[in-house]
Amino acid sequence: MSENVIKQLIADTHAFDCVECGKCTSVCPMTRHKKDFAPRLIVVKAMDSASIEKLAHERDLWACTTCGQCSAVCPYKVDYTEFIRGLRAEGALLDFSPECVQGGLMQSMMRVMANAPLKQDRLAWAKAPLRIADRGDIYLFTGCTKHMGAIFRDRKGLDIDSIAGSAVRIMNAAGVVPAMSQDEVCCGHDLNWIGDEDNFARLVDKNVAAIRATGAKTVVFTCPEGLRTFSKDYPLVAEDDLPFKAVHLSELIAGWIKDGSLRFKETKKKVTYHDACRLGRHMGVYDPPREVLRAIPGVELVELENNRDKCLCCGVSGGISCDADTKLYQMDKLMEAKRTGAEVMLSCCHKCQLHLNCAQNDKVPVDRSLIDIPMQDFTVFVANALEEKK
Amino acid sequence: MADFEPSIIAFTCQWCGYPSAILAGVNRIEYPAGVNIVRVMCTGMIEPSYIMRALEYGADGIVIVGCQMENCHYTVGNKRAQERAEILWPLLDMMGLGAGRLRTEWINASERVKFARAMREFSERLKALGPNPMGAAAADKEGPR
Repeated sequence: MSENVIKQLIADTHAFDCVECGKCTSVCPMTRHKKDFAPRLIVVKAMDSASIEKLAHERDLWACTTCGQCSAVCPYKVDYTEFIRGLRAEGALLDFSPECVQGGLMQSMMRVMANAPLKQDRLAWAKAPLRIADRGDIYLFTGCTKHMGAIFRDRKGLDIDSIAGSAVRIMNAAGVVPAMSQDEVCCGHDLNWIGDEDNFARLVDKNVAAIRATGAKTVVFTCPEGLRTFSKDYPLVAEDDLPFKAVHLSELIAGWIKDGSLRFKETKKKVTYHDACRLGRHMGVYDPPREVLRAIPGVELVELENNRDKCLCCGVSGGISCDADTKLYQMDKLMEAKRTGAEVMLSCCHKCQLHLNCAQNDKVPVDRSLIDIPMQDFTVFVANALEEKK
Repeated sequence: MADFEPSIIAFTCQWCGYPSAILAGVNRIEYPAGVNIVRVMCTGMIEPSYIMRALEYGADGIVIVGCQMENCHYTVGNKRAQERAEILWPLLDMMGLGAGRLRTEWINASERVKFARAMREFSERLKALGPNPMGAAAADKEGPR
């Protein structure tokens, strides 16, 4: 690893444009509880250290959640998240990998999917009355939701398993039969963000081939991480131009509500909405989920104190570096959500829910009644509010 | 594949699984050569990630050998291991690796014949299941970091 790579990275992400205003540090979720952590410090260290080796072993490089709050407030639009990702990829070349949550179970799973010629059985759940097809214009990408659902099935207050089924239900209700494939694999988001670019590229090839075989022109996501990875990282890695465009399910639902193909029943609920970093700050999808929620009769949407591009992070990303400071930060997030007085916090990202649910069920440093806000997936909530067909 | 000898990782607990394997050896009871024994203090310390890692690096099968239920040296370790295996079985099926690659056995320290029989049985099942699809790809790897 040469200094040139770091120089190139600094040039690509405009890190030299930094005017040292310090806004990034003031909003950084990690800085709140890790006192000597700052996005700019990582850049400075990268410029100082002659080799990446030193930096790769620094806690800071792997502690960043890449939530993008720093870049969102930066007046000169320095792309810190991409800078971190680039550094991690260099670190991974030196065979350095961070401590992963669940002992690296998910990352291991992804590497198996990337390398082994598997005959998967991933659509066993999609039975009647759900309707799916082998080919079609719209492809529904479920990624790891079913796998995560199986792993965390006994977590109290967490329902990841029904996300995929809910997405199909919504699409069927709008008269769309989504194409799905047994050969789909994990999107590779987590591997990409821990710097494992080789295995990520293998996953990209497999997914592009699987979706190409269905003839789909649009790929729909329930998961913000998948959406971000497909829209921003796949074009850089895939060999040819992608034959499809990626959209979030909420964007489609908002369209279906406008043209009258989806109707909802009265659902009396006071809800609040958490903007997942990949959906909001990375992809700029803020309004469609809110439009959908407002269109459901009886739903009262109250905003979090920090919403849209200021929305606080869930604390963990890429399945790495979950520690005591993260837990403290998650308390801030959960208390803010509870203060809104909402009955439930909705989020599009099942990993946000997983991490926050984990914090709720752990030992907590505050009174439990301050943080015990139930969480539900946006897709599941919308599917449950659908008007039943007579 | 006639000459396929499955490589098996046997996580054996210090108090029952491991002694039963040792006794099988001492008594010269034959069990398949592909069994690689890893001693752990208790099967309750085996995380799902251990099993996935073993599969990632090319093991054809993983067997968890611990004390009989209600007999765990640490009260509930074997129950934990069983719960974790139950989480992994559907996951392995979904991934196309096959739930049959993971097995749990609850064997008393003195039950050497039962240990050897379980290993032979598991090896036969794995022969029917075929090699780990990761095998070829895992062979290129240098081993765990």
